[in-house]
Amino acid sequence: MVVVRDIIITGLLLGGIFALVSVGFSLQYGVGRVLNVSHGEFIMLGSFITFWLLGSANINPLVSMLVSGVFVFAIGWFLYATLFRRLMDTSPSIEAFEGKSMLAAFGLLYVVQNLARIIWGSQTQNVIFLNRTVTAAQIPLNRLVALGVVIVISALFYLFLARTRMGKAIRAAGQDPTTAGLMGVNIHGVLAICFGLGLGMAGVAGSLISTVYAISTSMGLQYTVIAMIVVVLGGLGSVTGAMIGGLVLGVVSQLVTYFQPTMTFIAYYAIFIVLLLVRPKGIMGK
Amino acid sequence: MKTTTFSKTRIVSLAVLAVIFVALALLPTITEGYWLTRISDYMRYAILAVAWVIFSGPTGYMSLATAAFYGLGFYIAAIANGPVPFVAVIIIAGIASFVVALGIGALTLRLRGVYFTMFTFAVVLLINNVVLEVERLVTGTRGRFVETETQAVAYYAMFAVAIITLVSAYMIRRSRHGLALQSIGEYEEAAAHSGINVVRTKVIIFATSSVFMAMAGAIIATRRTYIDPGIAFNMTTSFLPVLMAMFGGMGNLFGPVIGAVVFTELGDQLLTKFPDLYMLIFGLVLILAITFMPNGILGLGQQVWRKMRGGRRAPA
Repeated sequence: MVVVRDIIITGLLLGGIFALVSVGFSLQYGVGRVLNVSHGEFIMLGSFITFWLLGSANINPLVSMLVSGVFVFAIGWFLYATLFRRLMDTSPSIEAFEGKSMLAAFGLLYVVQNLARIIWGSQTQNVIFLNRTVTAAQIPLNRLVALGVVIVISALFYLFLARTRMGKAIRAAGQDPTTAGLMGVNIHGVLAICFGLGLGMAGVAGSLISTVYAISTSMGLQYTVIAMIVVVLGGLGSVTGAMIGGLVLGVVSQLVTYFQPTMTFIAYYAIFIVLLLVRPKGIMGK
Repeated sequence: MKTTTFSKTRIVSLAVLAVIFVALALLPTITEGYWLTRISDYMRYAILAVAWVIFSGPTGYMSLATAAFYGLGFYIAAIANGPVPFVAVIIIAGIASFVVALGIGALTLRLRGVYFTMFTFAVVLLINNVVLEVERLVTGTRGRFVETETQAVAYYAMFAVAIITLVSAYMIRRSRHGLALQSIGEYEEAAAHSGINVVRTKVIIFATSSVFMAMAGAIIATRRTYIDPGIAFNMTTSFLPVLMAMFGGMGNLFGPVIGAVVFTELGDQLLTKFPDLYMLIFGLVLILAITFMPNGILGLGQQVWRKMRGGRRAPA
């Protein structure tokens, strides 16, 4: 029973991080129509910002998390305002834009990953932070902190989408960008903020991941795939779905890791396939 | 009035094709080494790009599974070449890939575009992981040695597959299936209502296109002595054909071929001049190309052509 409890608890903690990774990915495709195959690279970037700030200036990961979030948000905003906006203006149809933006994201994957390799090298690194357990349940403190941060960010983001004017504009743009534009929404501004928010969440998630796992400059792709699976699990474009999907995948991942760690990725994929067959629209899909 | 089959431009283009055909066929008799490898590289990417366009061009379903089939070809060559004759290996690779693609297609092609794209993106990593696991648990190795073929043999094999790919692509395009695929791409519900078996058409053409990718993989594997999952199932192989096809243009079959030649050459140049920064620069070039050449190479060509012709004719 203790084993089952531990699997569920660590699974939920990991799932929180997966959820954060996936909400950003979902936002980028659901509203911005960019299938961002470089999403994981920005997670990697967030991790290394934390690693670098801790090593060079001894800055607490909880602080550097904000730095990565804001920095990566700015990159995302800038990328949309320059690159993706131009692509959208020159594409004859939304399908053409999706194709081009995916290729551009693939180019970004190369650029970010190789820049990071030049700066930080290709060896595996560790961020030592709160590396002790909470005695009663033997849960690592850093994971608890990570889950706490995920819950706070998700709640804030949910309130932002549901209650603010900007959130309303984002939801409108997600449903029908043309009509939203006609209703006076500054569509490119909204999409740039969406893209930035999506990446910013990846940056924060990266900082959190670095406190829990070993990091390397080639770690991005695996998180991109996790984001895709979670998003399919939860329903494309649904934030609640991405949260639930992330938690489910986290628990499954811990369960498989307990029995056979090298099979984790294959297990993710098995879920992906079963889900596409049984419920292609995802848990919360419409 | 119906245009005659043997119009002047048609004769000219047929003559040009014949000259290219003869030149490529005679190439191994006049040169060896560098140029053979290079031309064979062009042909390899032309096969991948054209094969990608067979399915993804008309339907608009972006497949990122190219590396899966290509890598499958690698592994089949590594396992079978030597005991089995080379020609048979290539054919087996094609058949195996067809079967795997039927499976992937049947799973995902009932779904709409972006799910299909995400699935194919991840399937490459899945196969990579499965092969790694099998090698670790069953054979206890990492990677395999490949029975090599001579440069000339590999060249002619690649040449033959390239021609088969182009002819098949042309024939599929002109066939009932090609027309069906086109109408699926334009409006899937309407296609279904007009009596097209939408899923079956998509799955069969997807599987057919994968055959050529695996064949190209099986041939190129024999020019390496050693392969491992990381080499065989490299993500980049999935994205390059998309890039080449989108830049060459998908309106006709020359587009992807031109795109393949341009980007293969570009990649080669970057690799020899900046071996350490190759990937970084390639990524930058990719982004810049997409940003500043929205209509691809042919679009750029047309623009230049229009400028050169000046005011003689108003642009269409």
